[in-house]
Amino acid sequence: MGYDLRLRVWRGDRSGGQLGDYSVPVEEGEVVLDAIHRLQATQAGDLAVRWNCKAGKCGSCSAEINGRPRLMCMTRLSDFEESETITVTPVRTFPVIRDLVTDVSFNYEKAKQVPAVKLTPRDPDGKRRMMQVDVERGQEFRKCIECFLCQNVCHVVRDHEENKEAFAGPRHFLRYAELDMHPLDTHDRRKLAQDVAGLGMCNITKCCTEVCPEGIHITDNAIIPMKERVVDRKFDPVTWLGSKIGRRDPRDEV
Amino acid sequence: MSYGVRSPGRAQIEQKTLRQDRWWLYPAVTFTVFMAFIVYATWRAFAGHDYYSAPYLSPFYSPCLGSCVKGSSDFGQPFGWWPLSAALIVLIFPLGFRMSCYYYRKAYYRSFWLSPPACGVAEPHTKYTGESRFPLILNNIHRYFFYAAVLVAVVLSYDAVLAFRDATGHWGHMGLGTLVLVVNVVLIWAYTLGCHSCRHAVGGRLRHFSKHPLRYKAWTLVSKLNANHARYAWLSLFSVALADLYVYLLAIGAFSDPRFF
Repeated sequence: MGYDLRLRVWRGDRSGGQLGDYSVPVEEGEVVLDAIHRLQATQAGDLAVRWNCKAGKCGSCSAEINGRPRLMCMTRLSDFEESETITVTPVRTFPVIRDLVTDVSFNYEKAKQVPAVKLTPRDPDGKRRMMQVDVERGQEFRKCIECFLCQNVCHVVRDHEENKEAFAGPRHFLRYAELDMHPLDTHDRRKLAQDVAGLGMCNITKCCTEVCPEGIHITDNAIIPMKERVVDRKFDPVTWLGSKIGRRDPRDEV
Repeated sequence: MSYGVRSPGRAQIEQKTLRQDRWWLYPAVTFTVFMAFIVYATWRAFAGHDYYSAPYLSPFYSPCLGSCVKGSSDFGQPFGWWPLSAALIVLIFPLGFRMSCYYYRKAYYRSFWLSPPACGVAEPHTKYTGESRFPLILNNIHRYFFYAAVLVAVVLSYDAVLAFRDATGHWGHMGLGTLVLVVNVVLIWAYTLGCHSCRHAVGGRLRHFSKHPLRYKAWTLVSKLNANHARYAWLSLFSVALADLYVYLLAIGAFSDPRFF
C-alpha cells in the first residue's frame, strides 16, 4: 500500500540553504532514491541529485539520511515508520555544489598521492604468477565502489577541515593496505602511509566500517594491519633491527 | 568562526547531527561500565588483602610477586621489598594491554573523549591530531603489551590448574571457584589470542600466504577470534572482575566455596 511520505530535503548551494519540507507519494518496496526522484519529477524540477545505477554499485547517490551516511538507492523506506519524517542532506564533509550534490574531488586528489603498483619482473616464460590464496586477500578491498561514505563519516576530516591536507582517509588506507599485501609489488609505502597519508591520525573508531555499503572490514582488515605494518617499519626496534641484520625487505621505499 | 561540519563551503546545516536514533547509548553504557570497572579495580588493586582463599588466587594478584600471604606466591617473592600492594607489580601489563588494545581504543575514544561520540555526530574538540603525537602515539607499542599479556595468561592458566587442588594441596578437587577461574582464563585467552597484534604477528604481516601455509592457518584461526575481539574484550573484563570478587568474598568469609567433587 502506498502512502504520503514526509520528506525534508536540504536545498541550497555554497552561499546557503535550508531544509525544505515535502510530502511525496511512495509505494511499497521503494527506496529513498525513488522518493527523491518522484519529488524531482513532480514538485522540485530543479532538485540536484547525483545517481546512476540504482543498485548500490556505482557509489553515486551518497547522502545523509536522518543524519546517517548512506546510499539513497540502498535505503529502503520500509526501514522507517510511515509516520516518520525522513531528512535527506548532502554529505557534510565535502563542499556542496547544489542541493544533494557535493564536490568529492578531495578523494581524487588524495588518490593521486598513492604510488601505483610496480610489479616484479616476469617469469622466464613471460608470465607473472600469484597463488589464489594471495589474490583473495586483496579481493575484499577491490569491492570498494568509491561512494566515499567512509571518507565522509571519518571525523578526522569531517570535524576538522584543517586535517584534509595531511589525511588521506579510510578509502585510501584501503588502497595502501591492498598494495602492501600485494605479493608482486616492489614498492614499500609504509613510511608514506604514515607521513604523507596521515595513518597515525586515525584513531580506529570504526565509523568507516559501520557505513561501508559493501561491508568491507576497512578497520580490521586494512587500517589496523596497515598500522601494524607501519609499526614494523617505524616504531618496533626489534623488527627494525631484524630487517637490518636479518632478511631485508626487498621492496623499494617510496 | 565556523569549523567542523559547519566549515565554509559545506552545506550550511545548523544541527551538529541529524541522527534521531539513540546514538548516545553505546558511549553512555561504555563509559558507565568502564568507570565502574576502574573504580572497582582501583580499590581491589590497592587494597592488598583478601586476594587469596586456598586454593584460589585472585587474577588481579597473579602472579603474586610481592610480600604476599602464605600459599599465594607460586613463583616466589622477588619483589618482597615492594611496599605497596602486590597487584600493582603485575597489573600494569594487562592494564597496558587493554589500554592500547585496538578495540578498547575505539571504546574509550568514543565514550570518554567523544572523538567522535558516534558516527555522524560532531565531536566537541576544535583540534585533533589522533595518534600521531605523544602520548597517544605510544599506542603503537601494543604488541609488546601483547607479549606480556600472553605471559600473564599463562600464569592465570597455571592458577586455574592449581584450582583443581583442594585447600590442603591434594588434587582431584573442583569447586565453584575452580569453574570461575577456568571460565575466566578461557575468556582471557580468547581475548588475548584474538588481538590485532597477534593476528599481525602470526601471519598478517606476510605478503605471501601461499609460501607459509602453517602461518596462514594460524592467521585464519586468529582471524576468527579477532572477528569477536570486542565481545571477548567485554566478557573477559567482566570475568576477571567477577573472579576477583568471588575470591574476595571467599577470603572475607562471606560464604564457603560450593564443592562439586
